[in-house]
Amino acid sequence: MLLQTAPAQTFGYMVMGFAVIFGTLGAYLLSLWLRARNLRRDLEMLESTEAGG
Amino acid sequence: MGASPRGLKFLSWASVLMFGVASYLALVYAPREAVMGDVQRVFYFHVSAGWVGGLAFLTAAVAGVGYLLRGRRSWDQVALSSVEIGIAFTFINIVTGSIWARPIWNTWWTWDPRLVTATVMLLLYAAYLLLRQGIDDPDRRARFGAVYAIVGFLSVPLTFLSIRIFRTIHPVVIGNNDPTAQGAFDMTPRMLQAFLFSLLTFTVIYLTLLWHRTRLQRLSEHVEERKLKLLGG
Repeated sequence: MLLQTAPAQTFGYMVMGFAVIFGTLGAYLLSLWLRARNLRRDLEMLESTEAGG
Repeated sequence: MGASPRGLKFLSWASVLMFGVASYLALVYAPREAVMGDVQRVFYFHVSAGWVGGLAFLTAAVAGVGYLLRGRRSWDQVALSSVEIGIAFTFINIVTGSIWARPIWNTWWTWDPRLVTATVMLLLYAAYLLLRQGIDDPDRRARFGAVYAIVGFLSVPLTFLSIRIFRTIHPVVIGNNDPTAQGAFDMTPRMLQAFLFSLLTFTVIYLTLLWHRTRLQRLSEHVEERKLKLLGG
């Protein structure tokens, strides 16, 4: 007679995996936002410099 | 870079919504796999991330051809943006694969053809970004990038086919498994729904990110030109 075994206890690894997924996507989105913000600031500074001089 | 176009705003919101639904499908809707347990749920996003990586590098290669034929900077902007996104998703693919492998194969890493070729592919494209930075002239940089993206794309089908042409421990999702594969499983209808929706979601997310990143690159080059103009007097 075959013995029925329960699924392996791998919940912690699942959490780790999804943390990597959400973390990486979140970090990339943050990087895009920060780069865009910095570029907009640079552009404003350039425009005010050109207007002033 | 002005306000986002309406199409991009729509895509952005669609991406967020779809990602939420895909997460629910993967974490709740899909049943727990009978042998592997909860770690199998990572599979839905692991494969989808791998798919986006390949798609992104294909887009970069096509954009590279476009640049070499037409010479327009927009092709280079798309190629660079696509490579960057591809690297992020390939990283997710490899690391989640490693996390899945630890309880299933009892190791974080093995010198399996799929793992090796995927890692080589990731490093190849990381090198693309680094090497580009070493070239000052924008046209030379774009030409180098185009050729590199075209040649580098050879690593993508090699990675995809590696589990079909070499002996491998890595399971095959579509098709027959190698007898030595460990961790293969049959998908129930709910698992298949979660899987297909994840693939669609990640594709939409890729297109959204590509549009955002390309706009960012255009802004970056515009700022550079204005700086040079100001310095030049």
